[in-house]
Amino acid sequence: MSLLFVLIGTLVFAIAAPVLGCLLAGLDRKITARMQGRVGPPLLQPYYDVRKLIEKDRVSVNSTEGTYITCALVFTLLAGGIFYSGGNLLMSVFVITLSGLFFIVAAYSTRSPYAEIGANRETLQVMAYEPMVLFMAVAFYMAAGTFDSAGVFALDAPVVSSIWLVFLGFLFILTIKLRKSPFDLSYSHHAHQELVKGITTEMSGKTLAKVEIMHWCENVLFLGWVGMFFVWANPVSIVLAIAVIALVYFLEIWIDNNFARVKWQAMLSSAWIVAFVAGFVNIAVLAYL
Amino acid sequence: MAMLGFLILFPLVVAAVLLVVRNNRARNVIVGASALVIGLASIWLVVTYLGAPWVSFEFESPVIDYVSTIVSVLVAAAILYYGIRYKNVWACVLAVIQVVGSLVFEFGFAHAIDVTEGLYLDSLSLLMAFIIGVIGSGICVYALGYMEDFQAHEPEGAKDRRPVFFALMFVFLAAMFLIVFSNNMVWLFTGWEVTTVCSFLLIAYTRTDEAIKNAFRQIIMNMLGGLAFLAALYVSAIQLGTLSLLEFLRIGVDNPALVVLPVCALAFAGLTKAAQMPFHTWLLGAMVAPTPTSALLHSSTMVKAGVFLLVKLAPVFYAGTASAQGGLLAAAPSIMVILVGGITFALCSFMAISQTNAKRVLAYSTIANLGLITACAGVGTPEAVWAAAFLILFHAIAKSLLFLCVGTAEHHIGSRDIEDMDLLFERMPRLARFMMLGIMCMFIAPFGMLIAKWATLVSFVDTGQIALVLLLAFGSAATFMFWAKWLGKLSGIAGRPDNVEVTVHKSEWTSIMLMAVLIIIGCVCLPVISWLIVEPYVYSVFGTLGQDIASANLWIASIAAAIIAIVLFAGLGRNKAKKVDIYLSGVSADNEARVFRNSLSGESAATSRNMYLENVFGEKRINPVGTVACVIVIVVAFAVSAISLPGLF
Repeated sequence: MSLLFVLIGTLVFAIAAPVLGCLLAGLDRKITARMQGRVGPPLLQPYYDVRKLIEKDRVSVNSTEGTYITCALVFTLLAGGIFYSGGNLLMSVFVITLSGLFFIVAAYSTRSPYAEIGANRETLQVMAYEPMVLFMAVAFYMAAGTFDSAGVFALDAPVVSSIWLVFLGFLFILTIKLRKSPFDLSYSHHAHQELVKGITTEMSGKTLAKVEIMHWCENVLFLGWVGMFFVWANPVSIVLAIAVIALVYFLEIWIDNNFARVKWQAMLSSAWIVAFVAGFVNIAVLAYL
Repeated sequence: MAMLGFLILFPLVVAAVLLVVRNNRARNVIVGASALVIGLASIWLVVTYLGAPWVSFEFESPVIDYVSTIVSVLVAAAILYYGIRYKNVWACVLAVIQVVGSLVFEFGFAHAIDVTEGLYLDSLSLLMAFIIGVIGSGICVYALGYMEDFQAHEPEGAKDRRPVFFALMFVFLAAMFLIVFSNNMVWLFTGWEVTTVCSFLLIAYTRTDEAIKNAFRQIIMNMLGGLAFLAALYVSAIQLGTLSLLEFLRIGVDNPALVVLPVCALAFAGLTKAAQMPFHTWLLGAMVAPTPTSALLHSSTMVKAGVFLLVKLAPVFYAGTASAQGGLLAAAPSIMVILVGGITFALCSFMAISQTNAKRVLAYSTIANLGLITACAGVGTPEAVWAAAFLILFHAIAKSLLFLCVGTAEHHIGSRDIEDMDLLFERMPRLARFMMLGIMCMFIAPFGMLIAKWATLVSFVDTGQIALVLLLAFGSAATFMFWAKWLGKLSGIAGRPDNVEVTVHKSEWTSIMLMAVLIIIGCVCLPVISWLIVEPYVYSVFGTLGQDIASANLWIASIAAAIIAIVLFAGLGRNKAKKVDIYLSGVSADNEARVFRNSLSGESAATSRNMYLENVFGEKRINPVGTVACVIVIVVAFAVSAISLPGLF
């Protein structure tokens, strides 16, 4: 039964998430432009860009890169499907990591020095945020009594009330996951601080289009994780969650525009310290107090 | 029961035959055929007793008691001989203590105690029998081709000692079968010591100074463990009056405070054999041996004997932490095992990041995973034991596949450095895919190891083992880093360098294929294995079922694993897009070598290496921390458990 749920969830996510994610990306570019004193592109510019990419000739540096990226996209959709169909949060975390791995392997397979550096940095990013993501899932389990995201609808109070420290820690690594400066080490939207084009250096045409769509879907999934903290049995809480998501996303855009890229050492140590302080301490408090 | 006897004795007969056969072709036939027989016999045993609870066999024989004492003494004598020959004082001292200890024990104490049910099996033994019989003998087959190349690389006129090598491998299998089927703890101890001395001889096989040095390190550490085992036997015989494993476990579960010292000693023996910190150095040193030896030590034998014993003790650990009367005292063994395992997992995962030598990365990953299994055993709940059983199974399969692949790659590309495995996907396309499969199985969902880790995480949270959650979270992050960058190196594709794969021996392919097929079957059929083997064991020991992951999620994982396997072996490389050169900041001169024309019209080559973060995760920084922490934990645990000895205080 729940297998069917996940399947349906994945299909719905595969249609809805790119649309939402695309609008979100358009909004991002608009707001960013305003922060920089520009007018900015139309809201649907990300869509026009991807459409253009899809129309390009099929050109590639090797025969496997595209397949890896397709896998990465499919597993992103599955991760989203699992989460939004009310499935297991840890499973969703693991599947999105799998998607990240395929993305990394795709970059490595090109043997381009620039893509390799990007891929190396991407693995570092994963290593930096993974502990906090695991703590987030564990803390959610301890607060909600289940790993299933659907469990929030049975709660008397949102989980954030007992694991707000974890929420703050999660916000910190969310910047890495959303690929926002100062932690956009592997693949940046800011041309001035990028080494060629990081992990996507050798990706073009349809492959690059898939990467863009994957990025949109990822964003929708991660913001879903943010919303999860604020939902409880009261249906109105969904509105609250959406408001928080909007706020968090605005905050991320603001951070993105105000900080320059840091070195990997700074990213790794700060992310691990935050994971330890915010994640571990909160879990220990839940377990022993 | 005849089957158990056959599995223990048949490899010994084969070993004896192999010792005298010097003809290459005859050996190939004998090893191939007997590996097949052992493999089929163990599969048959598993199928016959599928889902069986603890089945004991009435079997006692004073002759075997004497034989096992003689073997123990012979083992110690052999060590003494080598110790004198290579002037190693510590080995001699330990060997003498052991000879005296086991003789006094046999004639002073053990003789009076009858163990009527000498042999037994349960689902965990079956799982181990499958691992030993199928994976272990698969490695023996692989060794045929490998050792032929190995001998060819030896200097002219070097003595061909392959008969000894193959004989030792089969003795190893027999000793492992003895360990997993013996209810009589004296027999178990004999098997334990035989594996120690076999691995000593296998590590020292090349007779170089380094090999001898590392072999002695191995033997000293494992003999410390062996002496602890002997001490546990003494306490068990004197204080509890039994030498039956079943009896011992029963007494332990009912009254954990009574068995604190023997359990601590047995756990110590398990920790040394499972190469946990501070004893991890022997497994790293074992890398000097030919690759089949490493594969055997890491996957199906030796270290698995250590964790097997720990998992067997898991109910006692659990009872110790749960019992009200014993308090902290009864929990001492459990806390020791949990902390040593957890610390080893995290720190060895960190150190693996800084290694470029493929075999060393594998070694650190083995130690780390054994640490995780150890920690699971220490927690000892049904859920943790469920996870431990799967960790043992998938680690055995994936690790042997990886070792076999690295061994073959080493002989064909001439290096075991990960940085040299660039382009392996082109030079050895099939091998690279198998290696990628093995690596993915080690660390990423939806493959077996990660599913087991997932169950581990949940069981740690449920039992409130917060420190373990911490170690697991950071250790897993490091695991991702070191596997992902290796995987990336393998996947690199450029033009069409020569395919050097065609000269790989058939026997090597057979074994590699076997492991790869086992991985795929194992991952896809994980829910079925859980249902048929692991759950019956958990049920037979704890009386309840323990599984942290809903079956639906297991099936999602199983489907995803099937998809990835299909993509890896059928989907890759089918893309017909137009090929272009990669970007190199200039016009490409030779794209495959990453050479381009620079701004001065000269030629520059672009190079890039993976990050090894030596300054952050180097051995020099991490190793002392782990060694000191684990030594303190072990010393404190023993000090606490010594208090439990009646009459001492």
